[in-house]
Amino acid sequence: MCTCLCKTVRSPEGKLSLYCKGADTIIYEKLHQSCKKLMDVTTEHLNEFAGEGLRTLALAYKDLDEEYFSQWKQRHHEASTTLEDKESKLDELYEEIEKDLLLLGATAIEDKLQDGVPQTIEQLAKADIKIWVLTGDKQETAENIGYSCNLLREEMNEIFIISGHSPEDVRQELRNAQNSMKPNGAVNSLLLFEDMGKHVNLIKDEVADGEYGLVINGHSLAYALESSMELEFLRTACLCKAVICCRVTPLQKAQVVELVKKYKKAVTLAIGDGANDVSMIKVAHIGVGISGQEGMQAVLSSDYSFAQFRFLQRLLLVHGRWSYLRMCKFLRYFFYKNFTFTFVHFWFGFFCGFSAQTVYDEWFITLYNLMYTALPVLGMSLFDQDVDEMWSFQHPQLYIPGQLNLYFSKRAFFKCAIHSCYCSLVLFFIPYAALQDTVRDDGKDVADYQSFALLTQTCLLFAVSIQLGLEMSYWTAVNTFFVLGSLAMYFAVTFTMYSNGMFLIVPSAFPFIGTARNSLNQPNVWLTIILTSILCVLPMVTYRFLLIQLCPTINDKVMFKVRQARATPPPPPRRTRIRRTSSRRSGYAFSHAQGYGDLVTSGRFLRRPAISRPSSFPQVGRATTGFSPMGRSAGYSPTGRPQNAKVQDVEVTSLQMYRTITDRPL
Amino acid sequence: MTGKGELLHPGKDLSVLLTSLFLCSPADCAIKAMMKHEQEESPNRPDNTAFTQQRLPAWQPILSAGIVIPGFVLIGLVFIGVGVGLFITSRDVQVLELDYTGAVATDPCYKCSDPNIKNCECTMEFHLDTLFKGPVFIYYGLTNYFQNQRKYGISRDDNQLYGDLDSFKSPASECSPYNYDGKNKSIVPCGSLANSMFNDTFRLYRMVNGSKKEVPLNGKGIAWWTDQNVKYRNPSGTPLINAFNGTVKPINWPKAAYELDTTDVYNNGFINQDFLVWMRRAALPDFRKLYRRITKDEYQAGLPAGNYSLEISYNYPVLSFKGKKKLVLSNVSWMGGKNDFLGIAYLVVGSLCVIMSIVMLIVYAKFKFPEED
Repeated sequence: MCTCLCKTVRSPEGKLSLYCKGADTIIYEKLHQSCKKLMDVTTEHLNEFAGEGLRTLALAYKDLDEEYFSQWKQRHHEASTTLEDKESKLDELYEEIEKDLLLLGATAIEDKLQDGVPQTIEQLAKADIKIWVLTGDKQETAENIGYSCNLLREEMNEIFIISGHSPEDVRQELRNAQNSMKPNGAVNSLLLFEDMGKHVNLIKDEVADGEYGLVINGHSLAYALESSMELEFLRTACLCKAVICCRVTPLQKAQVVELVKKYKKAVTLAIGDGANDVSMIKVAHIGVGISGQEGMQAVLSSDYSFAQFRFLQRLLLVHGRWSYLRMCKFLRYFFYKNFTFTFVHFWFGFFCGFSAQTVYDEWFITLYNLMYTALPVLGMSLFDQDVDEMWSFQHPQLYIPGQLNLYFSKRAFFKCAIHSCYCSLVLFFIPYAALQDTVRDDGKDVADYQSFALLTQTCLLFAVSIQLGLEMSYWTAVNTFFVLGSLAMYFAVTFTMYSNGMFLIVPSAFPFIGTARNSLNQPNVWLTIILTSILCVLPMVTYRFLLIQLCPTINDKVMFKVRQARATPPPPPRRTRIRRTSSRRSGYAFSHAQGYGDLVTSGRFLRRPAISRPSSFPQVGRATTGFSPMGRSAGYSPTGRPQNAKVQDVEVTSLQMYRTITDRPL
Repeated sequence: MTGKGELLHPGKDLSVLLTSLFLCSPADCAIKAMMKHEQEESPNRPDNTAFTQQRLPAWQPILSAGIVIPGFVLIGLVFIGVGVGLFITSRDVQVLELDYTGAVATDPCYKCSDPNIKNCECTMEFHLDTLFKGPVFIYYGLTNYFQNQRKYGISRDDNQLYGDLDSFKSPASECSPYNYDGKNKSIVPCGSLANSMFNDTFRLYRMVNGSKKEVPLNGKGIAWWTDQNVKYRNPSGTPLINAFNGTVKPINWPKAAYELDTTDVYNNGFINQDFLVWMRRAALPDFRKLYRRITKDEYQAGLPAGNYSLEISYNYPVLSFKGKKKLVLSNVSWMGGKNDFLGIAYLVVGSLCVIMSIVMLIVYAKFKFPEED
């Protein structure tokens, strides 16, 4: 199986050559024996480069015999058109041609972290988002990145490195890590795993005794992802503040995401820019593709895509949060307004012999959701925001209620149903008692069914509109227009439909003729409407007010702060960028000394029954070639910080390195 | 990573000539890509307006103590004020209820409560201690009577009642089983609502020096203007009886629709006001409907104190469904008839608001959430 990129090239003289680039370990396996000495020197250089934090690639070439190539091409054509076992046949062919290569040299490329990566990661961590880095880079590089993007910190108690080469080693390493993180709890929980066996379906959140980091190698990860050890791995990883999996294959990335999805019941987001991130982007609940220089594969398979990693914090902390807030408010309000509408019929049932007589006019029932209450709630779910983007960034903790499903859950639904039930009781029994045996001020009837219907539906509309006003925390002109417009629309439509003209056109369709004129001119009807609306809303206001005073949520606190900040003229300055205190780590770069080819070729991970759905991975050409090991991985995109004082030094180094490469005699 | 911008497939597509695999370092590529990006502004780029960027100016109210507590006090005081006004108004409205169902043997109308007795008359005496201020309205009240039952309510033909002669010949199916009689003649007005029209009649006498003096009752102006002039209409053509050719009266009616008030064309047929009042069905099972007004002669100021006698022509059976019948004398205020509920409810809600504002003030003073972070 090839994990490198190969091309055949015909030179102007007509000579055929095969060029190949890839991770050193892969290329070395394909080299001719004559390159032995060169290999050693190159390895030395490569290690040097990697230590400097550069991404490295090895290059090799081979001159091809024209005749052999045309014959090979013929066989390739046959193999690629065969119906049976096409992939393995093709693999064999590629293996055949990609051997006895001659080493050309190596490249080392400085690959800077994008702007704002450390800040973003810090923000997300504050929002209580657990961040795992899954990268194809080698361990040293990955660690470097971890430090440079603030994921690993010098002040962490310990950083565990799992790099065992056998299941026993890996298990032991994981246990050691657990023991040092939770000296007391580790034994119990191990027993727990054994007891429950396969029945474990949710791992609870645990708190470690300090801050720890975990770095696990791809070959160890293959063991750790086996079904006997995956829970232990997950538990260890979840105890750590930061998890970095290095030298992982695309499939392993997907498996890790799947593991978290399965046992943590957490919502996962995978972000990456390369074709090798496609699998995990597809497996995760939310897939985000960074559009960049690594092609469009990740973007095409993602739910969201943007150009910079740092936009992730805007996606989550601003738009994601607003969206959640709006969605939940929309749902809660929608349930509320329809429950309230409906429950009134239930109470009326006791007084109309359960004859399915509707409380409201048929036209009102038709237009209630369509016209009278549609736009206000739409306006709320389009524009509502508790605090603006600046404050959202400043308080990433505002994101936490969403993770706990606080705004819409069974509990919230139940509350909403109770509230609706209360409102419907008020909406039925207040008009009931107010109209009982009463008459108009000229002695005529006003306790008739049609007047009662009109009164109740007007009360309902006022009550739900005021309730909407209470829910809405961001009154734009549009919202105000929608709310007032809907009420105005209600009266306009009602008076129109109850008018003589409409009745004369279709007498049987508008039987409520004259009801509005005859009952809405009565003071006691309006007093009833006011009483009912106020009575529907006041308990909610009281409840919310007391809740804010007694156990304020993070939102309440921030909103209070916003108000205070508004009252005092100077707006709070934007958070100053956090710089790492440590200057010993290089700030920006990756290396790619060795790929995960050995792991892939060992077929180690294939033995494990795949949890991920195979159908979700596109089968492109040779097996897994869709995820070509281009090296870069999810979680970060490498670029340095321009303000970093070390940039100057390192640039010199990298130039030197380029010189080293170019000066190299072949 | 290719200079030509094409995606590389490892080992695949061997015939492609590769010219510049490493000519462009990623940094160069990035610069080129960025320049390219700036040149051609994306057509999908959203406008940088307050609307699309969610920066519309907005009012952001929060439930702060400065708004909620004074708001509650204000609402409470206003409600208490309104409540007191309503309560006093309602208290001043005079109501006299006379139950004449005849369910108990001592009742004067007990003899009439047997449904087999036709054209039964009974008399009730009552005494007024003080002047019953005018204008006085007489209502008949029924209890446990579900005029709001759905099938009962839709059992009518609005087109027929609007004077549409086609509907005279073929009443709407909703009227069934009161649309055709046994001989397949259409019933006009059709439906159970019309068929069950209240048909007790009352005469009120004032006892002056031992002699009875009839109090004139006004049967006009008891229905909604819109009902009499828009919603209900007699078929065109005079005399009215012609339109009813080939139809029969509702089964329970003693006389046909065109005979409801032969003295006044504008109170006859479908626009008879007693009929209109009945057809405006009640919302609740216990209801009152306006029967007559006392507006004439010396009774304009009201019914003077003294003894009165009420002669009832008892036709309408209610005991079969455990209903009750009553006659109600009442006058009205600016807020309509007597209804203590609204005033009491305003008082209760207003007091609760004031109490809650005190509770909230205490909570606010004691537990006001800490202002640090």
